[in-house]
Amino acid sequence: MHEIDIVTLSRLQFALTALYHFLFVPLTLGLSILLAIMETVYVMTGRTIWRDMVKFWGTLFGINFAMGVATGITMEFQFGTNWAYYSHYVGDVFGVPLAIEGLMAFFLEGTFVGLFFFGWDRMSKRAHMVVTWLVAIGSNLSALWILVANAWMQNPVGTTFNPQTMRMEVSSFFDVLFNPVAQAKFVHTVSAGYVTGAMFMLSIGAYYLLRGRHTEIARRSITVAASFGLASALSVVVLGDESGYTAGQDQKMKIAAIESMWETEPAPAPFTLIGIPDSKAQTTHYAVQIPWALGLIATRSLNLPVEGIKDLVTQAEGRIRNGLVAYRALAKVQGKAGATLPHEVEPATRDLGYALLLKGIRPDIENATDAEIHEAAMSTIPNVGVLFWGFRFMVGLGFYFIALFALAFYLSSWRRLDRKWFLRAALLSLPLPWVAAELGWIVAEYGRQPWIIDGVLPTFLGVSDVPASNVLLSLAGFVLFYSTLAAVDLYLMIKYVRLGPDAPTPNAILHVPARAD
Amino acid sequence: MELFDYTVLRLIWWALLGILLIAFAIMDGFDFGIAMLQPYVARNDVERRVLLNVIGPVWEGNQVWFILGGGAIFAAWPMLYAVSFSGFYLAMFLILLALIVRPVAIAFRGKVDNERWRRIWDWTFVVSGFVPSLIFGVAFGNLLLGVPFHFDQTLRLTYEGNLFGLLNPFSLLCGLISLLMIAMQGGTFLALKSEEPIAGRAVKATSVAAIAYILLFTVAGVWMAYSIKGYVIEAPMISDGPSNPLLKAVSRADGAWLANYTSHPWTILAPVVAYIGALGTLIFARKRSTMLAFAVSSLTITGTICTAGFSLFPFLMPSSSNPQSSLTVWDASSSPTTLFIMLVAAVIFVPIIIAYTSWVFHVMRGPVTAEQIKTGSHNLY
Repeated sequence: MHEIDIVTLSRLQFALTALYHFLFVPLTLGLSILLAIMETVYVMTGRTIWRDMVKFWGTLFGINFAMGVATGITMEFQFGTNWAYYSHYVGDVFGVPLAIEGLMAFFLEGTFVGLFFFGWDRMSKRAHMVVTWLVAIGSNLSALWILVANAWMQNPVGTTFNPQTMRMEVSSFFDVLFNPVAQAKFVHTVSAGYVTGAMFMLSIGAYYLLRGRHTEIARRSITVAASFGLASALSVVVLGDESGYTAGQDQKMKIAAIESMWETEPAPAPFTLIGIPDSKAQTTHYAVQIPWALGLIATRSLNLPVEGIKDLVTQAEGRIRNGLVAYRALAKVQGKAGATLPHEVEPATRDLGYALLLKGIRPDIENATDAEIHEAAMSTIPNVGVLFWGFRFMVGLGFYFIALFALAFYLSSWRRLDRKWFLRAALLSLPLPWVAAELGWIVAEYGRQPWIIDGVLPTFLGVSDVPASNVLLSLAGFVLFYSTLAAVDLYLMIKYVRLGPDAPTPNAILHVPARAD
Repeated sequence: MELFDYTVLRLIWWALLGILLIAFAIMDGFDFGIAMLQPYVARNDVERRVLLNVIGPVWEGNQVWFILGGGAIFAAWPMLYAVSFSGFYLAMFLILLALIVRPVAIAFRGKVDNERWRRIWDWTFVVSGFVPSLIFGVAFGNLLLGVPFHFDQTLRLTYEGNLFGLLNPFSLLCGLISLLMIAMQGGTFLALKSEEPIAGRAVKATSVAAIAYILLFTVAGVWMAYSIKGYVIEAPMISDGPSNPLLKAVSRADGAWLANYTSHPWTILAPVVAYIGALGTLIFARKRSTMLAFAVSSLTITGTICTAGFSLFPFLMPSSSNPQSSLTVWDASSSPTTLFIMLVAAVIFVPIIIAYTSWVFHVMRGPVTAEQIKTGSHNLY
């Protein structure tokens, strides 16, 4: 029972801090690029209104950036503090992209962001523009490496288990780096960030037009936001589809759960548009289906079947039994110098993680009964209801963004931005990209359960040996601190949006006169 | 891959670990130090804003040394990452809170024109300088004493201590040494980047810190030599074996932490450099050679961290409750492949990072004056 508590608390804390961190990340990703684009327009045209725009949006960027930095440190610490066995088990692989992220991305972003705010009068226009681009590139590279790390948790390629060190080790860094899941997720995620940045400018621009304030800046901001947002929203959906394809290849259970597809469908499988998943009865009530669609998304073919949950559970049972072979062999040699597994057992180490699922049921897993093996196999089904609905809301929002940005693009091209109904809709849509982004993470990570690394290590085994009371304390601390900071952040955002671009320049945009020499 | 053998790669990553810690303490150290000294050196709103604008353009880049340190330990020394971060759970949580509120305090303070708002963020800023500087020192103290943890056969870790166990007299002394060292670093940087009366106060604070540092560093050295049992690997260690800490035997011995200074006499340079640095800081700060003072203060940091590292070597984190589980340079690293990939990444990127960081410091050169703050009233932090 004690162990359950620490697992639940640690998962809760990770989910809370990750979702909270990702309130600030997408805006940083999107707004940094938009700032760089606007500053480029300024340098190319020499029109100072574009510089004023960069400074105004830059102020809001600064408020958001501080929160992103503050909450990001937690994420890097937390693997060690709360997931110590995970850190040992996969640090050899997972730590690498995190460290390279620091070297390649964080330094770029962190070093130049100071110059972005403080360097306006200390360097040429062009040099400052380059600095702004470097901040944007740094932010986006950081997303790349995080998603390489995350993609490996979803699709652990390029690694083998080493019985001497009792952990996963890199066998091909190339495979880890060019993980197909990483490619799709990276573009999908940064595009979602661009949509967020564009929506932020569109909504606030719409707010000013509704009030009849700062119309020059608002119109230009909406024009930039509309074109950038439209391209990004299209990219999100296309790469979302690519993610669906890679998940169809590598995370069949996740796809089946998202679809609430209990039985294997004959090819080409239909896509369930809507319905009511029922995990107890293992069926989906009132399903409305589009023929062939899922087969196309998940397999890009008309003749390959998409496997259903029940069949995948049966396969999992087989893998648990196979994994037990490796586990028994391992138990004989572990802790001895020069430990190696018999050659014929080696293929079974691929399924070692499945055997470890039994640890949640009994400690001496080599004696597991058939009923326990079935129970462990059943535990590979994620929460179907959450995935089914989370996915559908996210996708629905994705299509709504395309429509909204297309409309904004049309209206701004034909200089018809005076439509009040549109401006109101744009303003009210402000929170939606955040909702979509958070749902995306929930579908991706909650859908990975019960695995912390798909097929390799169950989540409950990844935790640290820390008293539950300590985790409860830190969890409470995070809730308290994060809520306070969220309130302060929101207050400042609203204050500076209300003040608008004409307000006395806030302290963040610095104006340090160059030295007399 | 055969370019370097496993032993050499491990030694390189041990050195890089030290370099990262030193770079972090030198760079972010002056941010922390300035925050700690704030109540003494800055006595009104303008002066406090001078401080924030001294570190404003650079502190975010400085902090990345810490984030990179975390990432590099995760990748190169995964067990050290797992044991130290989870074992020191609440201490790490305190550091984390300090690092969470710091960016916010710096960025948000000037955004509202209200006395109480600014005072709250000022104090938050001060605390965010003290807490990490103290805790990092305390952590090093505990490494020298040994930490209660052990592994089972699957290398699952059990930690037997708690937060109060970390707060023992020797470790608190190490925490104080760390505080003083960071205060010197902040004081010298502030003296370099500000004018009277702030610079004068910074020099005074630095002088006091340097004298206290010399005293306490000596006390800690004597304490370590005479009443702390060090750790020794018993059988000859295989330096290129698999990273499994359970394959060795370890015992404790009086004076073991001084063994390296006897077997490799050049290592004595570390404490010598620490002393020379602190003395130099005292002298140069008082002579107002602020650039030199900052340079030798950075030497103090280098010497101090090297002293701890050389004393411990080859241990990274000894276990007091089950010495066999101790983490050493030879059995707590990543695989040779990972160490090599990381080395390539470091060799490519670290010079680039140093180059552009230097450029940013060059662009932002010159002192921040009260005059700039007053004339650009709404333009500065």
